[in-house]
Formats: sequence, C-alpha cells, structure tokens
Amino acid sequence: MACNCENQNPPNNNKESLDRRSFMTRITLGVGAFFAAVLSFPLVAAMLDPIIRKKTEVWRSVGKLTDFKIGETKMVTFENASTYEWSGGIARSAAYVRRKEDDSFLALSVNCAHLGCPVRWVEKSEIFLCPCHGGVYHKDGSWAAGPPPRGMFDYEVRVHNNNVQIKTQNIPITNLTS
Amino acid sequence: MKKALKNIWNWVDDRGGLSELVKPLTTHLVPPESKWNYVWGSATLSCLIIQVVTGIALAFLYQPSADVAYQSLQYIENQAFLGSFIRGLHNWGASGMVLLMGMHMIRVYLFAAYKYPREMSWITGVVLMALTIVMAFTGQLLRWDDNGVWSSVVAAEQMGRIPLIGDSIAHFLMGGENINGETLNRFFSLHVFVIPALLFSFVAYHLFLVFRNGISEPPKVGRYLNPKTYRNWYENMLKEKGVPFFPNAIWRDAVFSALVLIVLVFIAWFVGAPELVGAPDLTNVKVDPKPDWYFTWIFAIFALMPRDIGSYVIMLGPVLTITVLLAVPFLSKGGERSPLKRPWAIGAVAFLIITICGLWYIGDVEPWHPKFDAEPLSEYTTVPEAKPSVQRGINVFNTAGCLYCHKINDQGGIRGPNLTNVQNRLTKEQIIIRIVNGAENMPAYGGSLSKEELEDVVDFLLKDKKGSNPNN
Ligand code: HEC
Repeated sequence: MACNCENQNPPNNNKESLDRRSFMTRITLGVGAFFAAVLSFPLVAAMLDPIIRKKTEVWRSVGKLTDFKIGETKMVTFENASTYEWSGGIARSAAYVRRKEDDSFLALSVNCAHLGCPVRWVEKSEIFLCPCHGGVYHKDGSWAAGPPPRGMFDYEVRVHNNNVQIKTQNIPITNLTS
Repeated sequence: MKKALKNIWNWVDDRGGLSELVKPLTTHLVPPESKWNYVWGSATLSCLIIQVVTGIALAFLYQPSADVAYQSLQYIENQAFLGSFIRGLHNWGASGMVLLMGMHMIRVYLFAAYKYPREMSWITGVVLMALTIVMAFTGQLLRWDDNGVWSSVVAAEQMGRIPLIGDSIAHFLMGGENINGETLNRFFSLHVFVIPALLFSFVAYHLFLVFRNGISEPPKVGRYLNPKTYRNWYENMLKEKGVPFFPNAIWRDAVFSALVLIVLVFIAWFVGAPELVGAPDLTNVKVDPKPDWYFTWIFAIFALMPRDIGSYVIMLGPVLTITVLLAVPFLSKGGERSPLKRPWAIGAVAFLIITICGLWYIGDVEPWHPKFDAEPLSEYTTVPEAKPSVQRGINVFNTAGCLYCHKINDQGGIRGPNLTNVQNRLTKEQIIIRIVNGAENMPAYGGSLSKEELEDVVDFLLKDKKGSNPNN
C-alpha cells in the first residue's frame, strides 16, 4: 500500500498496559488542574483586591461647632476613607447630625436599615422617611414604622478643636439577625 | 466566472468542511407537530444575540468609570449617531429576553418537556434564567444615574442578609466597604465578561442537549411517558414521520425571531430607553430609587413583607425559588405530560402569573411610597373661612409629613387611609390615640408634635367637608 508516511508501526493498543493509560489520564487531568489553578489565582486575587486591602477609618470634619444649633438635625457630607483616588464625587457620603445637648452629638447614616436607600428628614414632625419601601424613623434613629428590621445606623462623632468630626466607616449593611 | 467561484467554494468546503458544519441541522429530525409553540426558546436566543451586538456597540461608546460613566451615557443618548436607538434596543432587548424566557419556561413546564430524558435541559435552563436575571440587574445598574448607584447599594444590602458571609459578599460586590471608584468597574466586568462567559457556555450546552435528546413531541392526553421505553419509541417515531429541523422547523423560529426584532426596533426607536435620572451622587437624598419593570414585583414583595420576616424573605426567597425550580424534574417524573391531565400545573402557572401581575400593579402604584412631592393643602381650598386653629392644623398636616402618607380629597400620598372623611368613622379620642401612638406603618407622633399642634391638626381632621372646593 502506497503510503507517504514514515515507518508505520502502529502501537499495539491491546498490549499497552491499562496502568500506563490510566497514568496518562491522570497526568493530563493533573496538568489541567494545575493550569487552571495557576490561571485562577491572579483572577481571584484581582477580584478580591478591594476586600483584602487594609481598612482605614479616619475622622472627617463636617462643620464648626457653631454651625449646629442645639436640637437641630442637619445633613452633612464627607469623603469616605480608603477610597481609590480616582473615585471622584461618588466617594462622598452623607449623614444626619443632631446636636442633642451642648457637646453631645448624634450622627446617623442616611442609609435606610431596610435596603440602604437614602432617607429624608422631615423637619416639622422630626421623622426620617425612606422613599423605597416606606420605612420611618424617629429623630434619634430608632424605628418608627414600616419594614426596616432595626433603627438607623450611627457614626462615631466627636468635637475636636471646635470642629464636629465623624469617624468614617463602611456603608451600613443590615444582617439577617439585626 | 461562475465556474471560478464554484471552484473556490469547492476548495473552501473541502478543506474547511462548511457543509459538514450545517449538515447536522439538515439531518436532525424533529417531531412534525412541533410548531408555533416551539419558537419561544429560539426567540430568547435571538434576543441574546441582539443584546450581544447592541452591547458591543454600547461598550464602544460607554466609559465604565464611576466618575464619567454618566456623562458618556448623556453623550450616547443625546449626541452619538444612533446612540439613543442603540441604548433603546439594548434596553428593550433585555425586556424581550426576560419576557420570552418566561414564556419559554411556561411552555416547557405546561408541556412537561422537563421530564425524562430532558431533565438536564430544564436544569441548565434554570441556571440560564438566573444568569439572565443577574444580567438584567447589573445592566440596569450600569446606567449609573442615581437609580443605578442606589441599585448597587440595594444589591449589596440584599447580599448582607446571607448569614456569616453576608458582609464580605456585599463588600465584594461594591468593591470595598462603600460605593467608590471601583464599584462601577466591578459591575461592568461582571456584566460584560464574567456573566456572558457563563451564559454562553450554558447556552451552548443547553442547545447541545436539545440536539442530543431531541425536541420533545407535543404531549397527547393518555400517552404516558415511560422512561424505560421512551428513547426507543421516540427514535421510531422520528424515523417514521420526523421532519428535518432545517428547514421544516427552523423557518418558524426564523419568522418569529424576525417579528420580535421588528417589534423591538420599533419600540427602541419610538419609546427609547428609560430616561437618565440625576447624576450619581450619594449625598443627594432627594431621590426615588426604583428598579426596571421586571423587578418591580420583587420590589413590592420587599415593601409588603411583615417586618419580622422581611430579612428572611430577602435571603431565602431567591434560594427557595431556585431550589423549587431545580427540583421540578425530580418531583414530577414520567407519566402524563399533557397539561389537560395536569390541572395542578395549570393552576400553579395561573397562580404565579396572577400573583406576579398583582405585585407588578402594586409595585407600580407604590402605596408605601411617601409622596414627597404632594401639593400642599391650601387653607382656602381645603376649608374655606376656617377658624385659626384649623388653619394652623392644615399647616401642621402639610409640614409634619401627614400629607406624604394621607390624602385629603385627591391631594397627598396613599400609604395610610384617606382622611377626607375621617370625622365620620373615628371619634376625637380615637384620632388622637392614632396620631400619638402610630401603627405598624405610621410613626408615633407623641414625641414630636406639641400639644397645641396636636389639637390643631385634630381640629382640622374633625372638620366636615374637607377639601370640597366651594366653587364647584
Ligand atoms: C409614614 C406614613 C404616615 C405618616 C407620615 C402619617 N401617617 Fe397616619 N397613618 C398611616 C397608616 C399606614 C395608617 C393606618 C394605620 C393602621 O390602621 O394600621 C394611618 C392612620 C392614621 C389615622 C387613622 C385613620 C383611620 O381611618 O383609621 C389618622 C387619623 C392618621 N393616620 C393621622 C395622621 C396625621 C395627623 C399625621 C401627621 C401628623 C399622620 N397620620 C402621618 C401612615 C402615616
């Protein structure tokens, strides 16, 4: 038979031991797994970067002591900590600050404890109303009505050199049991 | 000339095997009765193709950066040649895909096509459904207007309800502990690379299964499915009267898909994509976040759940839904396939459709939504020539938020009952108790209204003929 191939000695499949074949199978699978592992490592690392990055919390000034009247609730804005430098305007968060007594402040996150929508302050009736699902809170942030499972979250707040400062933190996430 | 072309084709076909590529389509036999009810799946696939093409077009114009994405969308919408049409088609293509996928699922369920030997088609279909929903959600978020940013917050909050790892998943999604410069990129990468890659793999496998196990024959009352004999029976049936998929069956798919495309192009051109609401700004609390239509019914569930179980519904709802769907082919095996002999199946589908449509309606009306932009009551039209205490009461009603939740005549919100004629159903004491103590969905005003304000507003509420304009 005319053949333009080289020395035709087909491997005798029957004689090839099964051991050898399962060995080759395992090698192939093993190498494949290795390949996948090597490649997924950088992928997973890139995806997890924001989580494994060191967390920082900083005090941010949100106004002078004299800007806040006793008994008044005021919305303030500030920049979150540890954002990427290119975050731009989206790095700013808001909070409601209420001067309770002389030097005692309460700072509440604007995020509703139900699903995070921004609540609005209704001055006259001293309640916070959420536009998304109708959650309502009292002026101290405690639950007043609607679906939120708990009251509003608060920030640490202090007076420093006559400045009112808020300690930045993560966007509040309500857990199953809170 | 003709000969030369023919030669080129012969060469390409011989070395490239082009006709072998399509041959399986022409030799693949399908049951002759698989007609217009079998076009939903292919139309869903056509929508996916529309999404890929318009998606790539958008990606050429869109800047996936938290800072300027909104501006680039403004450019796409207002300046780019055909930009607004491309956005519109991508938006309505998504709607079409969700809708047709739903029809496809309902058809498969009613015809019990998920039964032996096509269980894996159903299972991969459920995975595809989940992936499509994630695509729809992440896509809506890439609009990156204030609705978009708040949607990403809502997504993170939902993840937060998962026990133990909730916070980590929420932070993973947001790309940090807050919304920041990284958030949009993450959703963009998910929407453009990760989920599509999964989607294509599963679509390919889903289609492979259609060819491997064959298209299910339309059910017939009294024809029982017996897993032991089915495959043989099916093969013989095809040999006897099967028709080639190409062109005998596929022409209907082609015609229907073309119709879908025409409708989508029409809507994209004349209706366009949803308007971009305000620029993304987390310090602006005067917003009204709301998801696209296919999610408003879920949005409504979140608002309507009693507060003690709300968190569990948010967490378990999706898990249970997926589990039940995955369990379908294992719970109902063999036997009758005809919907006429499976009244429960028809009942289940009808129940789901009615429930979802009801929730859609409620989600559209949003009775829980405080009507922040309600027009304030005016003392002249509401109660003309009222005494001073009633006038002050009207003012309290306007400013204390009562108006956001209660209607007087046709002004105000609908969270609480219409108070126009409250004097006829409640006594003064009952009204005072309600205002001071509140209720599940009404805040207690005991601590925030002064005694005079309370008396004034009650005076106003007790007034007859509130809101009846004397001039008409
Ligand atoms: C967040 C929305 C909300 C706000 C704000 C609100 N209410 Fe209500 N109100 C409700 C709801 C919901 C009910 C029904 C409560 C129930 O019966 O469970 C209700 C019930 C009432 C009732 C009883 C009506 C009836 O027919 O049973 C009165 C009276 C009333 N509200 C007055 C007021 C007044 C006055 C104010 C302002 C000071 C006010 N409400 C603010 C939501 C609200």
